[in-house]
Amino acid sequence: MIPDKPVVQLEGVSLRYGSVHALSGLNLAIPAGSMVGLIGPDGVGKSSLMALIAGARKIQQGKVVVLGGDMAEGRHRKQVCWRIAYMPQGLGKNLYPTLTVFENLDFFGRLFGLDRRNRHSRIAELVHSTGLVGFTERPVGKLSGGMKQKLGLCCALIHDPDLLILDEPTTGVDPLSRAQFWELIGRIRGKRPGMSVLVATAYMEEARSFDWLVVMNEGQVLNTGSPHDLLAATESATLEEAFIRLLPKTKRRRHRDFKITPRQPDANIAIEAHGLTKRFGDFVAVDHADFRIERGEIFGFLGSNGCGKTTTMKMLTGLLSASEGKALLFDKPVDPRDIATRRRVGYMSQGFSLYTELTLRQNLELHAHLFHLPKAERSLRVREMLDRFDLTAVADKLPTALPLGVRQRLSLAVAVIHRPELLILDEPTSGVDPIARDDFWLLLGQISRGERVTIFISTHFMNEAMRCDRIALMHAGRVLATDTPAGLLASRGLPTLEATFMAYLKEASKIDEAEPEKPTTTSLKPHPSTRSGGLTVSLRRLFSYTHRETLELRRDPIRATLALLGSLILMFIMGYGINMDVEHLTYAVLDRDQTTTSQAYTLNLTGSRYFTEKFPLTDYTDVQQRLRSGDISLAVEIPPGFGRDLKRGNVPKVAYWVDGSMPVRADTIKGYVEGIHAETVARLSESAGTSSPVEIAIRYRYNPDVRSLPAMAPAMIPLLLMLIPAMLTALGIVREKELGSIINLYVTPVSRLEFLLGKQLPYIMLAMINFATLVTFAVLAFGVPVKGSLLTLSLGALLYVACSTGMGLLMSSVLHSQIAAIFGTAIATLVPAIQFSGLLSPVSALQGGAAVIGHIYPTSHFLIISRGVFSKALSLGDLTPYFLALLITIPVLTLFSVLGLRKQER
Amino acid sequence: MARFANILQLGIKEIRSLYRDPALMLLIVYSFTLGIYLSATGEPEAPFRASVAIVDEDRSQASLRIVNAFQLPYFLPPEFIDIGQMDRGMDAGRYTFTLNIPPNFQRDLLAARQPTIQLNVDATQISQAFTGAGHIQRIISDEVADFIGAYQQSSPGRIEAVVRAEFNANLNRTWFGAINEAINQITMLSIILTGAALIREREHGTIEHLLVMPVTSFEIMLAKVWSMGLVVLLASVFALRIIVEGWLQVPLRGSQMLYLFGATLLLFATTSMGIFLGTMARSMPQLGLLIILVLIPLQILSGGMTPRESMPDLVQRIMFVAPTTHFVELAQAILFRGAGLGIVWPHLLALAIIGSVFFFGALVRLRKAQE
Repeated sequence: MIPDKPVVQLEGVSLRYGSVHALSGLNLAIPAGSMVGLIGPDGVGKSSLMALIAGARKIQQGKVVVLGGDMAEGRHRKQVCWRIAYMPQGLGKNLYPTLTVFENLDFFGRLFGLDRRNRHSRIAELVHSTGLVGFTERPVGKLSGGMKQKLGLCCALIHDPDLLILDEPTTGVDPLSRAQFWELIGRIRGKRPGMSVLVATAYMEEARSFDWLVVMNEGQVLNTGSPHDLLAATESATLEEAFIRLLPKTKRRRHRDFKITPRQPDANIAIEAHGLTKRFGDFVAVDHADFRIERGEIFGFLGSNGCGKTTTMKMLTGLLSASEGKALLFDKPVDPRDIATRRRVGYMSQGFSLYTELTLRQNLELHAHLFHLPKAERSLRVREMLDRFDLTAVADKLPTALPLGVRQRLSLAVAVIHRPELLILDEPTSGVDPIARDDFWLLLGQISRGERVTIFISTHFMNEAMRCDRIALMHAGRVLATDTPAGLLASRGLPTLEATFMAYLKEASKIDEAEPEKPTTTSLKPHPSTRSGGLTVSLRRLFSYTHRETLELRRDPIRATLALLGSLILMFIMGYGINMDVEHLTYAVLDRDQTTTSQAYTLNLTGSRYFTEKFPLTDYTDVQQRLRSGDISLAVEIPPGFGRDLKRGNVPKVAYWVDGSMPVRADTIKGYVEGIHAETVARLSESAGTSSPVEIAIRYRYNPDVRSLPAMAPAMIPLLLMLIPAMLTALGIVREKELGSIINLYVTPVSRLEFLLGKQLPYIMLAMINFATLVTFAVLAFGVPVKGSLLTLSLGALLYVACSTGMGLLMSSVLHSQIAAIFGTAIATLVPAIQFSGLLSPVSALQGGAAVIGHIYPTSHFLIISRGVFSKALSLGDLTPYFLALLITIPVLTLFSVLGLRKQER
Repeated sequence: MARFANILQLGIKEIRSLYRDPALMLLIVYSFTLGIYLSATGEPEAPFRASVAIVDEDRSQASLRIVNAFQLPYFLPPEFIDIGQMDRGMDAGRYTFTLNIPPNFQRDLLAARQPTIQLNVDATQISQAFTGAGHIQRIISDEVADFIGAYQQSSPGRIEAVVRAEFNANLNRTWFGAINEAINQITMLSIILTGAALIREREHGTIEHLLVMPVTSFEIMLAKVWSMGLVVLLASVFALRIIVEGWLQVPLRGSQMLYLFGATLLLFATTSMGIFLGTMARSMPQLGLLIILVLIPLQILSGGMTPRESMPDLVQRIMFVAPTTHFVELAQAILFRGAGLGIVWPHLLALAIIGSVFFFGALVRLRKAQE
């Protein structure tokens, strides 16, 4: 790397989301080999800029040159993604929650082509230096926010990048972990001086130690330079001040220094906790916490990640029930069914938990309604909130299009819209810029002092903690100390809260004394490169997705069990249930002749196993009435003078009325009636001395008894092997899109084809297991033997399940929400497989669009293969065209899936 | 009053969410228009269009007469093959029926030596095997009788059977297929929409948010039931009036209001079922699988594809608790046979009971999950 050449160069870069300009004509050159900070208020385009540099987002306008090449070129992106690591904003957004810490790291290692030994040594090294060493076997979903951030960094560092892009990596991370985090980055940089690091951060204390800073506002660069230069240029003492001074006047206007006025003591207690304890299994999340919060007090919760702050808050809101001890809210025990108390409380959870499908305004309106604000006040209050939290300009945007800081402000606005008496705020200011944070605290001060609202807040910002009336220090589920900030400082005699907090922590835990081990033996030297770039499919990357998908499938045994067991049950029920041999048809006779001849005629009908006789009909209206009510499906009318006419050779006419509302059944009835009539006539004429002129020998082939079961079992297997595997894969990709981990496809070397095939493989395996159980069941339980070669059948099944899993993946890659994917897959599989593939009526009999679908749909082909092998003992040679048809379908489906999937976000 | 307002507002929220997913909207439009059209017109208009091959070893007037009787729409034009091709053709599934007319057929017939015609039936095609074989038998008997009749005096003892189909004289399958497919779409959409809406709230953490507000599980649930039910009801009214009556020209009898009332009860049952499944599943992938496992029997065994009477008792009993079973019968009774409330009330009652059971079952589970 040539040091004087910038690592990133941007020229006239613009980016728009609909009508919102995220970046407008931005020019910037970022020096190589240094630590560069990106600072600026929320929503000025920091994240968009980073996504563009990382290649995660498609460039709309301008030129982005990273590591000496144009990021608009796919070839260059493919080459440099080995050298870039990108950690997106949000707590563990690109991680897989059901996998453990180790498995996540291992997956990223495989993706970047590290061999087993290298992977393991890297992982050991990274977890040691980040203090995750005790947690490698814990699923990521169960980690605290700060631990997820650390893991995210580890995953980014696993392949020794030359350019490390971190989007607010320390948001929501406790001070201790934050210190460890920067120490780690510092060490890595020490070993690899060439590495460039680009960080967006909301912590000005952090930015202070960076080499070079970029101050951004409204999609443009305001100023650049070292922290020292910036302080000098703005004549500020702190970076926070400098930051505020650099902003245009309009943004600064609202900002002013303020102090929260001292509080008057209040005898009323808002929250009281006595020995509050929560256990999850044998893990104690909260351990006998005691505290008591007066009305109107601002009570802060300070503690390391995962120390039980969130759990305590959830117990107070009634979302979790306490394992032991009790919590009182307004002198009453917390009761999840107490609606009246809920109205007095406002709660803001840690992650964004509002509706992303509603605009900001609609979210506020919904909550105004749900809290039953009076009608007159509602719109006023919504407007007031929009104004107060500076959201008016984006009021009609969807939250997903907005940066974290703005979303946090919305959450806050929602929490206070109904003027609660008590606010429970779980890290409300994480990811919010300094100005907005000050605004927010100004507001808290106002409602606490003015309206005597009690505020229970958790934070990682020390300056915020200092503003609280009292704070509780928490660690490992226990409350270590509770006092005023000044009192806490005095107790340890230390100058800052941060130092005091650390002192308490060290005292409380022996683990921390051990300190995260400094890696001594293994060094962070670049590993032997296995970078096999280019356009070829890498099996290693493909299998890394296969491995991960298999792990996820194994973590969720219910799904696999459901698929296997469910299909067996369905095969059983439907194998018996689908029956063309219509029986128990109800009929009644209107006999207007009432002679022995007429009774003899109906005798055959009575004796038939297909028909069940109901009491006789009386007249025509009765015929109509009983057919209409569904009481009978067939009415027979024998005309007056039937017997006489027959003897005279006059050919009497017997009338049959069939209920035609269900044509299939009506046809069957017609067939039966014709057969029975012919038989009767033959019998009657035999008694008259003549016999039938021709004999018809019917041979039912393949299924001599025309039983439904031997015909249905081979047909149920194709049906079930289409519907279930397709639904299993249907959410594979769309789920990653909805939950965020799709970003790994955008920024890692994995290609779309590797991604798709890698994901498909485990489901093909599962579907083959399913196939084996279904065939076994058909043979053993139904007694339907496989007359042909089992190998031919299995080969057909393999091709077929590749089609059905491909079908689900296609839906998943084209659609963007999980609901749409489920619905789309149901549409694309249920009707074609059940109606158009020859299950009941042969494909040759179909018409119109249905016939077209029927001819190309894979189920049609496998149905013929399955029936052919099961009942007709056909060989591979006989069935070649159908095998070929399946063989062609597989790449076509995969091709469409690849086309439907994007390698970059738009 | 407060409850009502909550239910209303939460329901409006659901509808707004739906509106934000254009792909889903497109799929809904497809399923209630083209989806119904394709499946209604796809079923063979005539009962069979069965494929027939004939080995005519006689090539006489009598055999020709039989051959010519195989006509559309019952049969595709028969193929003439030799005896060697017969087995291969049947093995490959090209012919459902093959007929072998022996040499000297006509001579034997006129000499009253009772010649034998061999009819081979591919019994794996069970939908055609039964009725088709009966039909072919009748064709042969009729043609032979006519042929002999032309030479001999008609024998005494003949009776004519006049078979008429009530309510759908031509046994037009589109009529039935259209309504049946509309029912399938109603069921599928309502179960998926509500079930997935619940899981999505859980996966995005919004349900937790709702539960700390003055909103009860009952309100959350009812909001989803009414909003998604309404969307599907509107779609089905559109499908009934525009697609089924307008495009497909299906003459409908009976009271459409009564039918729509029945559809509303069905939707109450299916949306509740969706939520019930939503409380059982832990994640969207599990829900998808549960839904498909429920939808398959609902579509195949409710009496819309094969007659209920012919199912074994056990299956009939299991399917008795499925709302669609009752609705299929109700829809047939009202729309085709013109039945009124006096006839269909047991089905309406059954739908209401099934719906309530699922609704309260889901409510209990939802409340339990909350604690």
